[in-house]
Amino acid sequence: MAPSIGTSVPRVDGPAKVCGSARYVDDLVLPGMLHGATVRSDVPRGRLLGVDLDPAFDWTGITVVTADDVPVNAVPLIESDQPVLARDEIRHAYEPVALLACEDRLRLAQALRHVTLRVEPLPPVLTIDDALAAREAIRGADNVIKRYRITKGRGGAAVEGCEVVVRGVYETGWQEHVYIEPNGMIGWWDGDTARVEGSLQCPYYVQKGIKGVFGLPDDGVDVTQAVTGGGFGGKEEYPTLVALHALLLAKKSGRPVKLVYGRQEDVEASTKRHPSRVEIASGCDRDGTLRAVSIRVLFDGGAYVTLTPVVLSRGALHACGAYRWEDVTVEAVAVATNTPPNGAFRGFGAPQTIWAIERHLDRVARTLGTDPVALKRKNLLRLGDTTATGQTLKESVGVEECVEKAMAASGYVEKRERGPVVTGRTARGVGAAIFLHGAGFTGSGEKYLKGKVAVDLLPGGRARVRTGSTDIGQGTETVFRQIAADGLGIGVENVDFAVPSTANVPDSGPTVASRTVMVVGSIVDAAAKELRARLEAEEKARGATRSAAWERLAADPARATSLVQYEPPPGVVWDDATYSGDAYPAYGWACDVAEVEVDLDTFETKVTGFWAAVDVGRVINPTLCAGQVEGGTLQAIGWALTEKLVTKDGKILNPRMTNYIVPTSLDAPPFTTTLVEAAYSRGPGGAKGVGELPMDGGAPAVAAAIEHATGLVLDRVPMLPEDLFEASVKGGAR
Amino acid sequence: MADGKDDRNDLDTNGGVSRRGFLGSVVPAAVGVAVAREALSAPAAAPAVAELPAGEPAKLTLVVNGRTHKVLVEPRDTLLSVLREKLGLTGTKPGCERGECGACTVLIDGVARYSCLTLALEADGKKVTTVEGLMEGEELGPVQKAFVEEDAFQCGYCTPGQVMAAEGLLRENPEPGLDEIRHGMSGNLCRCGAYAHIFKAVDKAARFRKER
Ligand code: FES
Ligand code: FES
Repeated sequence: MAPSIGTSVPRVDGPAKVCGSARYVDDLVLPGMLHGATVRSDVPRGRLLGVDLDPAFDWTGITVVTADDVPVNAVPLIESDQPVLARDEIRHAYEPVALLACEDRLRLAQALRHVTLRVEPLPPVLTIDDALAAREAIRGADNVIKRYRITKGRGGAAVEGCEVVVRGVYETGWQEHVYIEPNGMIGWWDGDTARVEGSLQCPYYVQKGIKGVFGLPDDGVDVTQAVTGGGFGGKEEYPTLVALHALLLAKKSGRPVKLVYGRQEDVEASTKRHPSRVEIASGCDRDGTLRAVSIRVLFDGGAYVTLTPVVLSRGALHACGAYRWEDVTVEAVAVATNTPPNGAFRGFGAPQTIWAIERHLDRVARTLGTDPVALKRKNLLRLGDTTATGQTLKESVGVEECVEKAMAASGYVEKRERGPVVTGRTARGVGAAIFLHGAGFTGSGEKYLKGKVAVDLLPGGRARVRTGSTDIGQGTETVFRQIAADGLGIGVENVDFAVPSTANVPDSGPTVASRTVMVVGSIVDAAAKELRARLEAEEKARGATRSAAWERLAADPARATSLVQYEPPPGVVWDDATYSGDAYPAYGWACDVAEVEVDLDTFETKVTGFWAAVDVGRVINPTLCAGQVEGGTLQAIGWALTEKLVTKDGKILNPRMTNYIVPTSLDAPPFTTTLVEAAYSRGPGGAKGVGELPMDGGAPAVAAAIEHATGLVLDRVPMLPEDLFEASVKGGAR
Repeated sequence: MADGKDDRNDLDTNGGVSRRGFLGSVVPAAVGVAVAREALSAPAAAPAVAELPAGEPAKLTLVVNGRTHKVLVEPRDTLLSVLREKLGLTGTKPGCERGECGACTVLIDGVARYSCLTLALEADGKKVTTVEGLMEGEELGPVQKAFVEEDAFQCGYCTPGQVMAAEGLLRENPEPGLDEIRHGMSGNLCRCGAYAHIFKAVDKAARFRKER
């Protein structure tokens, strides 16, 4: 059997998706089903005095749920500080307060207008600076959600003794996921068993939430993933809340309830990428050898803790970039504000700090009068180097090759030497970013997760993968089949993928953190290989053919299944107390080159070419892998150039796709993607994660290209025409 | 996949891990309609959306994918909601219901339109084509086939709209150049960012259509 790893097996879910038969949550209908809706506050902070139902309105057939109906009113996550429905306190402008359900959607919409919330407004905390000033305390006395400190060598104080000291401040705004399918869940009760099906990334997260709020045992909750229309992190923790709301309505009404968000509601209420400010002071020698760095990372966590501590951790761990530093201090702080909780978004804190360090090194290069890529190359982490947390890189560092390939493909060096090309009113330039992304959970995370998968032998020479890792468009179904097929030595068309439902698939850990292929894929591989060994033993022992052995094992429930749990590599040591050690089992590495055209009259920026060289360890499916790189990069380009969420008094002013602008087909540059393979010994076939990495480099590469084209230095994303204009007015334009 | 089957819905034989088996009571809207397809009024289909006496229900003739349906609609009903809820054609997706994303794109008399911005009444007597209607029997139509071959999607939610926009474009311009494709597809957002693959798929679909 020719191996399928390394070949572009077509996406198995393809045909269903092109002919309209793939069923997403809103396509499902249950008998007697009601539609649900959420009543939300519209002030960012206040005391909730009451929920009033207009007595003049006919409430027959309408189910109303408030905090009084919630058994345990706290969404279980890192801290259980977020209520399922607000009871006395309003902490952001889209806080859910009550729920309605009705068979008819028009009446439902009318009913929504007849609910009044009595709220006594309080002064809100809306920005990182407000929060740090702590004039209003909304969390503890200092509004701090979480702090980390990383130190290496003599720490950041060593910067002051360096030959060249450079300082800078770098900022990023919110980013909304804008998956084209909004959040949605159907919830129903089967006696005492809670069932939900919907759009989600992590079935076991949702299960945990339901167990906690309703006080149910594991087998009292079944969570099934419907075909999911994109997530990008936005359907990591948020769907738990939607599921809880649907189940509360279902419980009270005794009917199944479908709760699907409208676009505006989704943009307003769901999580977003954390806004950030990163302050950097660095020291280097006159020849460009980097020595010391002191970094302060500030993230806006929003109204509740949700996943902020973990996002901040990843941000802090990527703050030093792909470079060697002898002396380091990273001080990371996340604060609470009265804005919707920020949460997981592809990259998970790393894009913010990579943006900062890349822009900063561009600034250092400018100060030294050298090319940024030359400076960065000189200081790249290599095998045997230690990172800021003291991790020694022992294998799988393909960054040098990435840089070489991206340089060659893009013609960066020649283009930079030639200087910006100005024709009429357009200026053309190129810029690059070099970066890394830790694959898998941070530090000891995987040890606690204990991710599991099962592979089953089925009659007829077929096999099936059962995993809680979901396919949300990245191609998990296809790639896992490839890994299992190769492990078993069968054709990929003979492997099935079980619908992820907590009743039927083991908990593989969440579908996040670029861990699906590298971590979960490695146990799919192990399970498949274990079954293959069983088959071989059976063949030998009983002198049977492979297919006879297969059928015998498949018919024997005790031997048909291999359930494997992930064991973190033995050498990985991490200390949570000092934030030191092996932060990630492996890193993906990459170099991006962007070419832009800036209109010197309107200051519009167009990305006209993009070259990415990415070290993914081993390519399982080249087409799908390149698709991840291009898709993630395009989201990064959107974040860089157009995606600006505008708020006023804690409310979002542009909650629609017509005014929050994500890239269209006209904004997608031609991509040239080169996949580099510096194998990671513990990944399946050598593979590392790729899902998030491409989100990290797009923005700094585009900013560097704008700088090359125009001389304008921008240190904040997004970089809208008005920002370029402002920078030009302040001076600095050629 | 070569046989064009939706594998997710075909797991029944695999001992309990089946979407259909698991859901049991869930009736995808299309099932009810497949039976009631020729019936005069489709509301008998599963969704059972109770109607308010708001506005006079209007009787409407829709020719969808070559079949004639007579349906009762409210004047406020969009074509999108009638296709999905009354005819059970859930291939057409809502992404914003405000004409922003293109997920709901269908052809009306051969021209690509956002069905969320089209009142059902506007389509009275017109020929509507949805993504389900591009199938050639059990086989994928040329645009669908090209989308699969070029991996022109990831999550697939924008895909029915993309496929219909491509079909509309190719009916108008059977041999579009890259720039025409980029412009022709610019009303359909893909957040997964599969555009480069979509361009290739449209180009390939043009060839498939010619070869027929
Ligand atoms: S749903 Fe019609 S354009 Fe978005
Ligand atoms: S494939 Fe996911 S939005 Fe286009």
